[in-house]
Amino acid sequence: MAEAQGGRSLVVDAVTHRYPSGALAVENINLDIKGGEIIALLGPSGCGKTTLLRIIAGFIAQSQGRIIIGDDIVDALPPNRRAVGIVFQNYALFPHLSISENVAYGLAARGIDKATRQREAQRLLELVQLPAMAERLPRQLSGGQQQRVALARALAIKPSILLLDEPFAALDKNLRLDMQIEVKRLQRVSGITTLIVTHDQEEALSMADRVAVLSHGKLEQFGSPSDVYDRPQTLFVNTFVGSTNRMPGIVVSADRTAAKIRLDAGAEIIARPAAGALTEGGRVTVCIRPEHLQFVGDETGFAGVVGMSLPLGATVVHEVTTADGSGVKISQARIGETRALESGAAVRLAPLAPSLANAFPATL
Amino acid sequence: MGAAPASRDVISYGMGLAAPLALFFLLFFVAPLLQLFWLSLHNDTAGLHWGLGQYLHFLTDPFSLSVLGSTLLLGAEVTAVCLVLGFPIAWLYQRVGPKLQTIIILIVLLPLLTSVVVRTFAWIVILGRQGIINATLQSLGIIDTPIKLLYTQFGVVIALAQVQMPLMTLPLITALGRIDPNLDDASCSLGAGSWRTFFKIVLPLSLPGVIAGCTLTYAAAITAFITQSLVGGGQMLFMPMYLYQQASTLQNWPFAAAISIIFLLAVLAVVSVFTTLGRMSRGYGGV
Repeated sequence: MAEAQGGRSLVVDAVTHRYPSGALAVENINLDIKGGEIIALLGPSGCGKTTLLRIIAGFIAQSQGRIIIGDDIVDALPPNRRAVGIVFQNYALFPHLSISENVAYGLAARGIDKATRQREAQRLLELVQLPAMAERLPRQLSGGQQQRVALARALAIKPSILLLDEPFAALDKNLRLDMQIEVKRLQRVSGITTLIVTHDQEEALSMADRVAVLSHGKLEQFGSPSDVYDRPQTLFVNTFVGSTNRMPGIVVSADRTAAKIRLDAGAEIIARPAAGALTEGGRVTVCIRPEHLQFVGDETGFAGVVGMSLPLGATVVHEVTTADGSGVKISQARIGETRALESGAAVRLAPLAPSLANAFPATL
Repeated sequence: MGAAPASRDVISYGMGLAAPLALFFLLFFVAPLLQLFWLSLHNDTAGLHWGLGQYLHFLTDPFSLSVLGSTLLLGAEVTAVCLVLGFPIAWLYQRVGPKLQTIIILIVLLPLLTSVVVRTFAWIVILGRQGIINATLQSLGIIDTPIKLLYTQFGVVIALAQVQMPLMTLPLITALGRIDPNLDDASCSLGAGSWRTFFKIVLPLSLPGVIAGCTLTYAAAITAFITQSLVGGGQMLFMPMYLYQQASTLQNWPFAAAISIIFLLAVLAVVSVFTTLGRMSRGYGGV
């Protein structure tokens, strides 16, 4: 059964795709995915993540590079012979077929006899917790139920790889969380190597073992959720994943692990050179997340004036205007009776630790 | 369905506004039809003796029945040709870029922009003894003597198929356009080849268009007086011409009226079969 098969590995080897117009859709993407992993392809719309998904599925033939599933180079195989299961964003259930026929469709295409097909469809419908829906038509089901059916249909062919294209985008927030848990549960049981395409960073961070961040067709970073969040390798990753304050500055001194930076906001701080060595005297952009800033009482840190305080439930976010006129957000956990800061109060801010400030060479 | 109360309101408002059109139909469509029916119930040309003699005559006359049969068969043949040729065009239309789409739709609509008479004469030029086809085949040495194309069933079917093609292609294009392109990809990713995808997904989902196209093409083909008569010539007789001869040449108005009614019922029967099929396939419509 699918439960025992374990996933096959997936290697995206130096894949580049050019549109007929000559524009690059994806450029030199390398991903080495182990069997059974959940990977998220994360990026804003137009970053090439869907193109990459369609290349892996076989709907698009890449201009260069190879796709390797398990030990097989699959580039020459059409989509119907790749055994790649896909769940489409709009589910793409066949509207004229019953739920059970939808789930059994891939089995019928493989010439499996009717009795086995029905038994297998029923087993999968039980797996996605919809055993009573077999005879209904897709349009009689809710969005979440349709998605479960789409999952069951994709799993029915015992795919070596499962691709999910923005699977939760059409669901409302509560249902989305349920389905995320459900997908993760099914993935655990089946052990299928799974690729989720998403523009939702929370979804990527919460569901995936590793996250591949794409921007403008290039792979920005491929690492664990905590790597991507805490040790971003590019300015794009740092700003796209989570929220961050971008503060311009100049490198005073730098070695491989730490750099002293004079912020335009008026303080010298120690930051981590996140994208390799920095040159002394060069302009940099320092990224500090709101939750990694603290108020300090002494003369360290940079000065600012509190603009607005927003109590967001578990945290309070203060907006502070610095000496160079830029805005900085700082978020504080709400422990006990957090002191409300009055608008106009003068404060000083500093990063919690040097490793929590990331310095990137300034572009331009 | 769910909007029943709202649609009842619309109908009660709409009735008054539809009155002019209803009156028009009553005067110029229903009344003549009733007159026709009344006329057909007379046994003599003068219209003095009531009876079902005209119907009996038609239904017991082998010649009349053969004309009816060959007309209905002609419609079926034309519809089949249009479906087989029109489906690939509609399928292609949904899979090419916008520039090619414009060209295809222009080609599809072109027959509608020319007069039927002109188009039919063009076919006479193409199919004639010294026509384009025969001349080409002869000059290529493929045939010695001209093949008879004009005034044959084959010629009529081909000419009618070309003339009626837009009626088939346009509903098909609409129906295929309503199919989510992801369904193709989904079917393919589940392991189905192109033919399986076509017969299991594309064809069933395009049935409403197929049925609409067939109904229109069929009704238009069997009543196409001009093309039938000009390309069919004197030897081939179909219902519209038969009717015309009885009414205009032989002045046998009651018999012509009976032929009309029988022809009308035959067409209605075929159309209602299509409509029933259409209603059965409507379950596929929604997403």
